[in-house]
Amino acid sequence: MAYSRSDAPDSGTIVPGGPVPPGSERRSRLLEPLRQEGAKGVMVAVVSTAVFFGLIGWLVLRSPNWPEVKQLFFNGQEFRDTFPSIAQKFLRNIQYFMIGEVFILAYALFLAVLRSLPGSVFFPLRLLSIMYTDLFRGIPTILVIYLLAFGVPSLDIPGAPTSPTFWAIVGLVLSYSAYVSEVYRAGIESVHPSQIAAARALGLSRWQSLRFVVIPQAVRRVAPPLLNDFVALQKDTALVAFVVVVPEAFKMAQIHQNADFNFTPLLAAALLFLLITVPLTRVVDWMIARERARRQGGGVV
Amino acid sequence: MSADGRALRIEDVHKSFGKLEVLRGIDLSVAEHEVICLIGASGSGKSTMLRCIDLLEPVDAGRIVVHGEDITARGVDVNRIRRRIGIVFQAFNLFPHMTVMRNITLGPTEALRMPKSEAEARATELLERFGLLDKKDDYPDRLSGGQQQRVAIVRALAMQPDIMLLDEVTSALDPELVAEVLNVIRELASGGMTMVIATHEMGFARDIAKRVCFLDAGIILEQGPPEQIFTEPQEDRTRRFLQSIIDAGRM
Repeated sequence: MAYSRSDAPDSGTIVPGGPVPPGSERRSRLLEPLRQEGAKGVMVAVVSTAVFFGLIGWLVLRSPNWPEVKQLFFNGQEFRDTFPSIAQKFLRNIQYFMIGEVFILAYALFLAVLRSLPGSVFFPLRLLSIMYTDLFRGIPTILVIYLLAFGVPSLDIPGAPTSPTFWAIVGLVLSYSAYVSEVYRAGIESVHPSQIAAARALGLSRWQSLRFVVIPQAVRRVAPPLLNDFVALQKDTALVAFVVVVPEAFKMAQIHQNADFNFTPLLAAALLFLLITVPLTRVVDWMIARERARRQGGGVV
Repeated sequence: MSADGRALRIEDVHKSFGKLEVLRGIDLSVAEHEVICLIGASGSGKSTMLRCIDLLEPVDAGRIVVHGEDITARGVDVNRIRRRIGIVFQAFNLFPHMTVMRNITLGPTEALRMPKSEAEARATELLERFGLLDKKDDYPDRLSGGQQQRVAIVRALAMQPDIMLLDEVTSALDPELVAEVLNVIRELASGGMTMVIATHEMGFARDIAKRVCFLDAGIILEQGPPEQIFTEPQEDRTRRFLQSIIDAGRM
Protein backbone atom coordinates (compact mmCIF):
# COMPACT_ATOMS: atom_id res chain seq x y z
CA MET A 1 0.00 0.00 0.00
CA ALA A 2 1.12 3.47 -0.67
CA TYR A 3 0.42 4.83 2.75
CA SER A 4 3.91 4.68 4.14
CA ARG A 5 5.57 7.99 4.82
CA SER A 6 8.74 7.87 2.84
CA ASP A 7 9.70 11.29 4.13
CA ALA A 8 8.89 10.69 7.78
CA PRO A 9 11.72 12.28 9.72
CA ASP A 10 13.32 10.51 12.65
CA SER A 11 15.36 11.83 15.50
CA GLY A 12 18.47 11.79 13.36
CA THR A 13 17.06 14.20 10.85
CA ILE A 14 18.97 17.41 10.55
CA VAL A 15 16.37 20.06 10.88
CA PRO A 16 16.26 23.02 8.59
CA GLY A 17 15.57 26.45 9.92
CA GLY A 18 18.76 26.60 11.90
CA PRO A 19 21.29 29.36 11.54
CA VAL A 20 21.57 30.73 8.04
CA PRO A 21 24.18 33.17 6.87
CA PRO A 22 22.78 36.67 7.05
CA GLY A 23 21.43 38.12 3.83
CA SER A 24 20.55 34.76 2.39
CA GLU A 25 16.86 35.41 2.19
CA ARG A 26 15.03 32.52 0.74
CA ARG A 27 14.23 32.54 -2.95
CA SER A 28 12.68 29.86 -5.07
CA ARG A 29 15.34 27.40 -6.10
CA LEU A 30 13.33 26.65 -9.18
CA LEU A 31 13.15 30.20 -10.44
CA GLU A 32 16.26 31.81 -9.02
CA PRO A 33 18.61 30.69 -11.83
CA LEU A 34 16.25 32.38 -14.28
CA ARG A 35 16.41 35.64 -12.40
CA GLN A 36 20.17 35.60 -12.68
CA GLU A 37 20.23 34.88 -16.36
CA GLY A 38 17.74 37.57 -17.28
CA ALA A 39 15.40 37.77 -20.27
CA LYS A 40 17.37 35.41 -22.45
CA GLY A 41 17.31 32.76 -19.75
CA VAL A 42 13.55 33.10 -19.38
CA MET A 43 13.08 32.66 -23.13
CA VAL A 44 15.22 29.54 -23.20
CA ALA A 45 13.36 28.12 -20.24
CA VAL A 46 9.96 28.78 -21.78
CA VAL A 47 10.91 27.16 -25.08
CA SER A 48 12.60 24.15 -23.53
CA THR A 49 9.68 23.63 -21.15
CA ALA A 50 7.16 23.79 -24.00
CA VAL A 51 9.18 21.37 -26.09
CA PHE A 52 9.75 18.99 -23.19
CA PHE A 53 6.17 18.76 -21.98
CA GLY A 54 4.85 18.92 -25.56
CA LEU A 55 6.91 15.90 -26.41
CA ILE A 56 5.68 13.95 -23.40
CA GLY A 57 2.07 14.95 -24.15
CA TRP A 58 2.43 13.96 -27.78
CA LEU A 59 3.93 10.58 -26.84
CA VAL A 60 1.10 9.88 -24.45
CA LEU A 61 -1.69 11.02 -26.72
CA ARG A 62 -0.50 9.13 -29.77
CA SER A 63 0.06 5.89 -27.87
CA PRO A 64 -2.38 3.18 -29.03
CA ASN A 65 -3.81 2.68 -25.54
CA TRP A 66 -4.60 6.32 -24.87
CA PRO A 67 -8.31 6.23 -25.84
CA GLU A 68 -8.90 3.38 -23.45
CA VAL A 69 -6.92 5.07 -20.66
CA LYS A 70 -8.81 8.27 -21.22
CA GLN A 71 -12.13 6.49 -21.09
CA LEU A 72 -11.31 4.65 -17.87
CA PHE A 73 -9.28 7.22 -15.95
CA PHE A 74 -9.82 10.67 -17.41
CA ASN A 75 -13.45 10.49 -18.34
CA GLY A 76 -14.85 14.03 -18.44
CA GLN A 77 -18.46 13.03 -18.14
CA GLU A 78 -17.78 10.67 -15.27
CA PHE A 79 -15.78 13.40 -13.56
CA ARG A 80 -18.58 15.93 -13.85
CA ASP A 81 -21.08 13.42 -12.54
CA THR A 82 -19.15 12.21 -9.52
CA PHE A 83 -16.90 15.08 -8.46
CA PRO A 84 -19.53 17.07 -6.52
CA SER A 85 -20.54 14.16 -4.32
CA ILE A 86 -16.92 13.20 -3.66
CA ALA A 87 -16.02 16.78 -2.88
CA GLN A 88 -18.86 16.91 -0.41
CA LYS A 89 -17.58 13.80 1.37
CA PHE A 90 -14.10 15.27 1.33
CA LEU A 91 -15.29 17.66 4.01
CA ARG A 92 -15.27 14.62 6.28
CA ASN A 93 -11.59 14.04 5.53
CA ILE A 94 -10.86 17.63 6.44
CA GLN A 95 -12.81 17.19 9.63
CA TYR A 96 -10.91 14.02 10.59
CA PHE A 97 -7.68 15.78 9.80
CA MET A 98 -8.44 18.86 11.88
CA ILE A 99 -9.66 16.94 14.90
CA GLY A 100 -6.82 14.43 14.67
CA GLU A 101 -4.12 17.05 14.26
CA VAL A 102 -5.10 18.97 17.38
CA PHE A 103 -4.80 15.86 19.51
CA ILE A 104 -1.66 14.68 17.76
CA LEU A 105 0.16 17.97 18.32
CA ALA A 106 -0.69 18.00 22.01
CA TYR A 107 -0.19 14.32 22.72
CA ALA A 108 3.05 14.07 20.73
CA LEU A 109 4.49 17.04 22.59
CA PHE A 110 3.60 15.34 25.84
CA LEU A 111 5.41 12.18 24.69
CA ALA A 112 8.46 14.18 23.60
CA VAL A 113 8.63 16.03 26.91
CA LEU A 114 8.35 12.74 28.80
CA ARG A 115 11.28 11.44 26.84
CA SER A 116 13.43 14.49 27.53
CA LEU A 117 12.96 14.39 31.30
CA PRO A 118 16.39 14.21 32.91
CA GLY A 119 17.58 12.19 35.86
CA SER A 120 17.26 8.59 36.91
CA VAL A 121 13.93 9.03 38.71
CA PHE A 122 12.20 9.56 35.39
CA PHE A 123 13.76 6.54 33.73
CA PRO A 124 10.47 4.57 33.67
CA LEU A 125 8.68 7.46 31.97
CA ARG A 126 11.44 7.83 29.39
CA LEU A 127 11.32 4.10 28.80
CA LEU A 128 7.56 4.22 28.39
CA SER A 129 7.82 6.99 25.82
CA ILE A 130 10.52 5.12 23.89
CA MET A 131 8.50 1.91 23.90
CA TYR A 132 5.45 3.79 22.74
CA THR A 133 7.17 5.41 19.77
CA ASP A 134 8.90 2.17 18.80
CA LEU A 135 5.62 0.31 18.96
CA PHE A 136 3.45 2.70 17.00
CA ARG A 137 6.07 3.61 14.46
CA GLY A 138 6.61 -0.08 13.85
CA ILE A 139 2.99 -1.00 13.20
CA PRO A 140 1.22 -0.05 9.96
CA THR A 141 -1.27 2.72 10.65
CA ILE A 142 -4.02 0.81 8.88
CA LEU A 143 -3.53 -2.10 11.26
CA VAL A 144 -3.87 0.13 14.31
CA ILE A 145 -7.04 1.62 12.86
CA TYR A 146 -8.46 -1.81 12.09
CA LEU A 147 -7.71 -3.10 15.56
CA LEU A 148 -9.30 -0.17 17.31
CA ALA A 149 -12.27 0.43 15.05
CA PHE A 150 -13.34 -3.21 14.97
CA GLY A 151 -11.80 -4.39 18.22
CA VAL A 152 -12.81 -1.85 20.81
CA PRO A 153 -16.53 -1.61 19.94
CA SER A 154 -16.79 -5.41 20.14
CA LEU A 155 -15.58 -5.28 23.74
CA ASP A 156 -18.85 -3.62 24.73
CA ILE A 157 -17.19 -1.48 27.37
CA PRO A 158 -19.94 0.44 29.12
CA GLY A 159 -19.68 4.15 28.36
CA ALA A 160 -16.98 3.78 25.72
CA PRO A 161 -17.81 5.17 22.30
CA THR A 162 -18.73 2.47 19.81
CA SER A 163 -18.43 4.59 16.67
CA PRO A 164 -15.82 3.10 14.32
CA THR A 165 -15.13 6.62 13.05
CA PHE A 166 -14.20 7.68 16.56
CA TRP A 167 -11.84 4.76 16.99
CA ALA A 168 -10.38 5.19 13.52
CA ILE A 169 -9.43 8.75 14.42
CA VAL A 170 -8.02 7.54 17.73
CA GLY A 171 -5.92 5.10 15.70
CA LEU A 172 -4.61 7.92 13.53
CA VAL A 173 -3.80 9.97 16.61
CA LEU A 174 -1.97 7.13 18.36
CA SER A 175 0.03 6.24 15.30
CA TYR A 176 0.90 9.75 14.14
CA SER A 177 1.78 10.93 17.64
CA ALA A 178 4.64 8.47 17.63
CA TYR A 179 6.10 10.08 14.52
CA VAL A 180 5.39 13.62 15.56
CA SER A 181 6.86 13.13 19.03
CA GLU A 182 10.13 12.12 17.38
CA VAL A 183 10.03 15.31 15.35
CA TYR A 184 9.48 17.34 18.50
CA ARG A 185 12.27 15.49 20.22
CA ALA A 186 14.70 16.30 17.44
CA GLY A 187 13.69 19.92 17.88
CA ILE A 188 14.05 19.88 21.65
CA GLU A 189 17.47 18.30 21.43
CA SER A 190 18.59 20.85 18.87
CA VAL A 191 18.16 23.72 21.33
CA HIS A 192 21.60 24.47 22.70
CA PRO A 193 22.13 23.67 26.41
CA SER A 194 23.34 27.24 26.94
CA GLN A 195 19.77 28.39 26.31
CA ILE A 196 18.57 26.21 29.15
CA ALA A 197 21.39 27.45 31.35
CA ALA A 198 20.36 31.05 30.62
CA ALA A 199 16.74 30.29 31.48
CA ARG A 200 17.60 28.43 34.68
CA ALA A 201 20.01 31.20 35.65
CA LEU A 202 17.05 33.57 35.68
CA GLY A 203 15.44 31.37 38.31
CA LEU A 204 12.98 29.75 35.96
CA SER A 205 12.01 26.22 36.89
CA ARG A 206 12.77 23.29 34.65
CA TRP A 207 9.22 23.32 33.39
CA GLN A 208 9.21 27.08 32.78
CA SER A 209 12.48 26.83 30.86
CA LEU A 210 10.95 24.14 28.70
CA ARG A 211 7.78 26.09 28.14
CA PHE A 212 9.16 29.54 27.43
CA VAL A 213 12.60 28.85 26.01
CA VAL A 214 13.05 25.33 24.70
CA ILE A 215 9.71 24.35 23.18
CA PRO A 216 9.07 27.59 21.26
CA GLN A 217 12.49 27.36 19.63
CA ALA A 218 12.14 23.63 19.05
CA VAL A 219 8.77 23.98 17.35
CA ARG A 220 10.01 26.75 15.07
CA ARG A 221 12.92 24.63 13.98
CA VAL A 222 10.90 21.53 13.25
CA ALA A 223 8.01 23.32 11.55
CA PRO A 224 8.92 21.85 8.13
CA PRO A 225 9.03 18.19 9.21
CA LEU A 226 5.95 18.77 11.38
CA LEU A 227 4.11 20.06 8.36
CA ASN A 228 5.32 17.06 6.39
CA ASP A 229 3.47 14.94 8.87
CA PHE A 230 0.44 17.25 8.54
CA VAL A 231 0.41 16.54 4.84
CA ALA A 232 0.84 12.82 5.41
CA LEU A 233 -2.00 12.81 7.92
CA GLN A 234 -4.25 14.64 5.51
CA LYS A 235 -3.64 11.83 3.03
CA ASP A 236 -4.03 9.07 5.58
CA THR A 237 -7.52 10.21 6.57
CA ALA A 238 -8.44 8.05 3.58
CA LEU A 239 -7.58 5.02 5.74
CA VAL A 240 -10.77 5.64 7.67
CA ALA A 241 -12.56 4.39 4.55
CA PHE A 242 -11.49 0.86 5.40
CA VAL A 243 -13.39 0.63 8.65
CA VAL A 244 -16.24 3.07 8.38
CA VAL A 245 -19.61 2.78 6.75
CA VAL A 246 -20.16 6.54 6.54
CA PRO A 247 -18.25 7.40 3.39
CA GLU A 248 -15.50 10.02 3.16
CA ALA A 249 -13.96 11.04 -0.17
CA PHE A 250 -12.05 7.85 -0.91
CA LYS A 251 -14.93 5.60 0.05
CA MET A 252 -17.31 7.72 -2.02
CA ALA A 253 -14.98 7.46 -5.01
CA GLN A 254 -14.88 3.68 -4.57
CA ILE A 255 -18.67 3.55 -4.53
CA HIS A 256 -18.79 5.44 -7.82
CA GLN A 257 -16.00 3.33 -9.26
CA ASN A 258 -17.84 0.12 -8.49
CA ALA A 259 -21.11 1.43 -9.84
CA ASP A 260 -19.74 2.88 -13.06
CA PHE A 261 -16.78 0.58 -13.72
CA ASN A 262 -14.64 3.66 -14.12
CA PHE A 263 -11.57 4.89 -12.25
CA THR A 264 -12.10 8.58 -12.86
CA PRO A 265 -13.80 9.09 -9.46
CA LEU A 266 -10.63 7.87 -7.74
CA LEU A 267 -8.62 10.48 -9.64
CA ALA A 268 -11.21 13.04 -8.65
CA ALA A 269 -10.57 12.11 -5.03
CA ALA A 270 -6.84 12.32 -5.64
CA LEU A 271 -7.29 15.81 -7.05
CA LEU A 272 -9.12 16.86 -3.90
CA PHE A 273 -6.25 15.67 -1.73
CA LEU A 274 -3.77 17.53 -3.93
CA LEU A 275 -5.82 20.70 -3.61
CA ILE A 276 -5.10 20.65 0.12
CA THR A 277 -1.65 19.12 0.36
CA VAL A 278 0.17 21.15 -2.30
CA PRO A 279 -0.88 24.60 -1.03
CA LEU A 280 -0.22 23.43 2.54
CA THR A 281 3.37 22.67 1.61
CA ARG A 282 3.77 26.07 -0.01
CA VAL A 283 2.31 27.83 3.01
CA VAL A 284 4.93 26.19 5.20
CA ASP A 285 7.72 27.35 2.92
CA TRP A 286 6.36 30.84 3.13
CA MET A 287 6.05 30.71 6.91
CA ILE A 288 9.62 29.58 7.32
CA ALA A 289 10.89 32.28 4.99
CA ARG A 290 8.93 34.94 6.87
CA GLU A 291 10.17 33.79 10.26
CA ARG A 292 13.74 33.81 9.01
CA ALA A 293 13.42 37.24 7.46
CA ARG A 294 11.94 38.65 10.61
CA ARG A 295 14.66 37.24 12.83
CA GLN A 296 17.51 38.20 10.59
CA GLY A 297 16.52 41.70 9.84
CA GLY A 298 15.54 41.17 6.24
CA GLY A 299 11.83 41.80 6.47
CA VAL A 300 9.32 44.06 8.08
CA VAL A 301 8.60 43.35 11.71
CA MET B 1 22.67 41.71 55.71
CA SER B 2 24.32 38.52 56.89
CA ALA B 3 25.99 37.85 60.17
CA ASP B 4 29.52 38.40 58.94
CA GLY B 5 28.78 41.07 56.35
CA ARG B 6 29.95 38.78 53.56
CA ALA B 7 27.96 38.72 50.36
CA LEU B 8 29.54 35.46 49.28
CA ARG B 9 31.76 32.89 50.91
CA ILE B 10 33.20 29.93 49.07
CA GLU B 11 34.74 27.24 51.25
CA ASP B 12 36.94 24.48 49.88
CA VAL B 13 34.85 23.88 46.78
CA HIS B 14 35.74 20.90 44.61
CA LYS B 15 34.30 20.04 41.23
CA SER B 16 35.18 17.33 38.75
CA PHE B 17 33.96 16.52 35.31
CA GLY B 18 34.53 12.82 34.99
CA LYS B 19 38.16 12.24 35.90
CA LEU B 20 39.15 15.85 35.38
CA GLU B 21 39.21 17.80 38.62
CA VAL B 22 38.48 21.36 37.51
CA LEU B 23 38.17 22.95 40.94
CA ARG B 24 40.56 21.61 43.56
CA GLY B 25 39.60 23.46 46.69
CA ILE B 26 38.51 27.03 46.07
CA ASP B 27 38.28 29.42 49.00
CA LEU B 28 37.06 32.95 48.50
CA SER B 29 35.22 35.52 50.49
CA VAL B 30 33.51 38.49 48.87
CA ALA B 31 32.35 41.51 50.84
CA GLU B 32 29.23 43.48 50.14
CA HIS B 33 29.80 45.91 47.21
CA GLU B 34 33.15 44.35 46.45
CA VAL B 35 34.30 43.78 42.87
CA ILE B 36 36.53 40.77 42.35
CA CYS B 37 38.25 39.84 39.14
CA LEU B 38 39.25 36.28 38.37
CA ILE B 39 42.18 35.96 36.00
CA GLY B 40 43.96 32.89 34.75
CA ALA B 41 44.49 30.80 31.67
CA SER B 42 41.68 29.05 29.86
CA GLY B 43 40.81 25.88 31.71
CA SER B 44 41.98 27.20 35.06
CA GLY B 45 38.45 26.90 36.43
CA LYS B 46 37.12 30.48 36.28
CA SER B 47 33.93 29.64 34.39
CA THR B 48 33.26 26.51 36.38
CA MET B 49 33.63 28.46 39.58
CA LEU B 50 31.05 31.02 38.46
CA ARG B 51 28.69 28.32 37.26
CA CYS B 52 28.99 26.58 40.62
CA ILE B 53 28.10 29.80 42.44
CA ASP B 54 24.93 30.09 40.34
CA LEU B 55 24.22 26.39 41.01
CA LEU B 56 24.33 25.64 37.30
CA GLU B 57 26.85 22.97 38.26
CA PRO B 58 26.50 21.02 41.50
CA VAL B 59 29.65 21.11 43.63
CA ASP B 60 31.25 17.81 44.64
CA ALA B 61 32.50 19.05 47.98
CA GLY B 62 32.70 22.25 49.98
CA ARG B 63 30.19 24.99 50.68
CA ILE B 64 28.99 28.17 49.07
CA VAL B 65 27.35 30.66 51.39
CA VAL B 66 25.41 33.64 50.08
CA HIS B 67 24.43 36.24 52.65
CA GLY B 68 24.72 33.69 55.41
CA GLU B 69 22.71 30.99 53.65
CA ASP B 70 24.41 27.77 52.62
CA ILE B 71 23.17 27.45 49.04
CA THR B 72 24.89 24.12 48.51
CA ALA B 73 22.97 22.50 51.36
CA ARG B 74 20.56 19.70 50.56
CA GLY B 75 16.98 20.63 49.89
CA VAL B 76 17.73 24.23 48.96
CA ASP B 77 15.34 25.68 46.37
CA VAL B 78 17.80 26.32 43.55
CA ASN B 79 15.34 28.53 41.66
CA ARG B 80 15.03 30.86 44.61
CA ILE B 81 18.82 31.11 44.95
CA ARG B 82 19.35 31.76 41.25
CA ARG B 83 16.88 34.63 41.32
CA ARG B 84 19.23 36.43 43.72
CA ILE B 85 22.33 35.79 41.65
CA GLY B 86 22.72 37.23 38.17
CA ILE B 87 25.04 35.64 35.67
CA VAL B 88 26.12 36.88 32.25
CA PHE B 89 27.71 34.47 29.82
CA GLN B 90 30.48 34.83 27.30
CA ALA B 91 28.13 33.93 24.42
CA PHE B 92 25.27 36.22 25.63
CA ASN B 93 22.73 33.36 25.47
CA LEU B 94 19.86 35.69 24.71
CA PHE B 95 16.64 33.98 23.71
CA PRO B 96 16.55 34.38 19.91
CA HIS B 97 12.79 33.93 19.59
CA MET B 98 11.98 36.79 21.93
CA THR B 99 12.30 40.53 21.54
CA VAL B 100 14.77 42.41 23.69
CA MET B 101 11.91 43.49 25.93
CA ARG B 102 10.63 39.95 26.39
CA ASN B 103 14.13 38.65 27.05
CA ILE B 104 14.35 41.08 29.93
CA THR B 105 10.86 40.67 31.35
CA LEU B 106 10.71 36.86 31.16
CA GLY B 107 12.54 36.33 34.45
CA PRO B 108 10.68 39.00 36.45
CA THR B 109 7.23 37.98 35.19
CA GLU B 110 7.64 34.21 35.36
CA ALA B 111 10.18 33.61 38.12
CA LEU B 112 9.32 36.58 40.32
CA ARG B 113 5.61 36.68 39.37
CA MET B 114 5.85 40.41 38.83
CA PRO B 115 2.94 42.04 36.93
CA LYS B 116 3.81 42.54 33.28
CA SER B 117 3.36 46.31 33.39
CA GLU B 118 5.75 46.64 36.30
CA ALA B 119 8.32 44.37 34.68
CA GLU B 120 8.15 46.37 31.47
CA ALA B 121 8.43 49.65 33.29
CA ARG B 122 11.52 48.44 35.05
CA ALA B 123 13.00 47.00 31.85
CA THR B 124 12.35 50.30 30.06
CA GLU B 125 14.17 52.13 32.80
CA LEU B 126 17.19 49.82 32.57
CA LEU B 127 17.26 49.91 28.78
CA GLU B 128 17.20 53.67 28.85
CA ARG B 129 19.97 53.79 31.40
CA PHE B 130 22.19 51.70 29.15
CA GLY B 131 21.21 53.40 25.90
CA LEU B 132 19.27 50.47 24.48
CA LEU B 133 15.72 51.70 24.60
CA ASP B 134 15.38 52.01 20.82
CA LYS B 135 16.19 48.29 20.56
CA LYS B 136 13.43 47.09 22.84
CA ASP B 137 11.28 45.60 20.07
CA ASP B 138 14.15 44.09 18.10
CA TYR B 139 15.15 40.47 18.08
CA PRO B 140 18.65 39.67 19.36
CA ASP B 141 19.91 38.61 15.91
CA ARG B 142 19.52 42.18 14.75
CA LEU B 143 21.82 43.62 17.39
CA SER B 144 25.58 43.91 17.38
CA GLY B 145 27.53 41.69 19.75
CA GLY B 146 28.11 44.58 22.12
CA GLN B 147 24.45 45.46 22.17
CA GLN B 148 23.50 41.83 22.73
CA GLN B 149 25.86 41.55 25.67
CA ARG B 150 24.50 44.77 27.16
CA VAL B 151 20.99 43.37 26.80
CA ALA B 152 22.17 40.20 28.54
CA ILE B 153 23.50 42.31 31.40
CA VAL B 154 20.22 44.20 31.60
CA ARG B 155 18.35 40.89 31.60
CA ALA B 156 20.34 39.76 34.63
CA LEU B 157 19.92 43.15 36.35
CA ALA B 158 16.16 43.10 35.87
CA MET B 159 16.01 40.34 38.48
CA GLN B 160 17.55 42.82 40.96
CA PRO B 161 20.22 40.35 42.01
CA ASP B 162 22.35 40.68 45.13
CA ILE B 163 25.42 39.52 43.24
CA MET B 164 26.41 39.60 39.59
CA LEU B 165 28.68 37.00 38.05
CA LEU B 166 30.26 37.91 34.72
CA ASP B 167 31.88 35.11 32.75
CA GLU B 168 34.32 36.58 30.23
CA VAL B 169 31.60 38.78 28.89
CA THR B 170 33.81 40.54 26.37
CA SER B 171 35.71 37.54 25.02
CA ALA B 172 33.28 36.93 22.15
CA LEU B 173 33.23 40.55 21.05
CA ASP B 174 35.05 42.42 18.33
CA PRO B 175 37.65 44.72 19.90
CA GLU B 176 35.76 47.89 19.04
CA LEU B 177 32.68 46.63 20.91
CA VAL B 178 34.49 45.74 24.12
CA ALA B 179 34.50 49.27 25.53
CA GLU B 180 30.73 49.73 25.51
CA VAL B 181 30.28 46.57 27.56
CA LEU B 182 33.09 47.41 29.98
CA ASN B 183 31.56 50.83 30.53
CA VAL B 184 28.32 49.19 31.58
CA ILE B 185 30.20 47.07 34.09
CA ARG B 186 32.04 50.13 35.39
CA GLU B 187 28.75 51.82 35.97
CA LEU B 188 27.48 48.82 37.89
CA ALA B 189 30.60 48.81 40.02
CA SER B 190 30.25 52.48 40.85
CA GLY B 191 26.64 51.80 41.77
CA GLY B 192 27.87 49.40 44.44
CA MET B 193 26.97 46.09 42.80
CA THR B 194 28.77 43.10 44.26
CA MET B 195 30.46 41.37 41.35
CA VAL B 196 32.69 38.45 40.56
CA ILE B 197 34.16 38.91 37.10
CA ALA B 198 36.13 36.37 35.12
CA THR B 199 38.06 38.31 32.51
CA HIS B 200 40.98 38.41 30.12
CA GLU B 201 40.94 42.20 30.06
CA MET B 202 43.82 42.90 32.40
CA GLY B 203 43.67 46.66 32.07
CA PHE B 204 40.02 46.54 32.99
CA ALA B 205 40.65 44.21 35.92
CA ARG B 206 43.34 46.48 37.23
CA ASP B 207 41.01 49.41 36.91
CA ILE B 208 37.84 48.05 38.40
CA ALA B 209 38.74 45.27 40.82
CA LYS B 210 39.25 45.78 44.48
CA ARG B 211 40.87 42.39 44.53
CA VAL B 212 42.28 40.19 41.78
CA CYS B 213 42.44 36.41 42.09
CA PHE B 214 44.75 34.39 39.92
CA LEU B 215 43.38 30.91 39.27
CA ASP B 216 45.71 28.15 38.28
CA ALA B 217 44.75 24.50 37.82
CA GLY B 218 41.62 24.73 39.93
CA ILE B 219 42.87 26.71 42.90
CA ILE B 220 43.25 30.40 43.71
CA LEU B 221 47.01 30.52 43.64
CA GLU B 222 47.35 34.14 44.54
CA GLN B 223 45.09 37.04 45.38
CA GLY B 224 45.43 40.64 46.36
CA PRO B 225 44.86 44.22 45.30
CA PRO B 226 45.43 44.74 41.58
CA GLU B 227 48.56 46.89 42.15
CA GLN B 228 50.17 44.02 43.95
CA ILE B 229 49.12 41.22 41.58
CA PHE B 230 50.01 43.10 38.44
CA THR B 231 53.23 44.73 39.58
CA GLU B 232 54.77 42.39 42.13
CA PRO B 233 53.18 38.96 41.94
CA GLN B 234 54.54 36.57 44.55
CA GLU B 235 54.04 33.35 42.63
CA ASP B 236 56.14 32.25 39.75
CA ARG B 237 53.13 30.99 37.79
CA THR B 238 51.32 34.30 38.18
CA ARG B 239 54.37 36.08 36.83
CA ARG B 240 54.55 33.73 33.86
CA PHE B 241 50.86 34.13 33.10
CA LEU B 242 51.10 37.92 33.19
CA GLN B 243 54.23 37.80 31.05
CA SER B 244 52.39 35.74 28.43
CA ILE B 245 49.61 38.32 28.40
CA ILE B 246 52.12 41.12 27.92
CA ASP B 247 53.85 39.15 25.16
CA ALA B 248 50.52 38.76 23.42
CA GLY B 249 50.14 42.53 23.49
CA ARG B 250 47.02 42.38 25.58
CA MET B 251 48.13 44.57 28.44
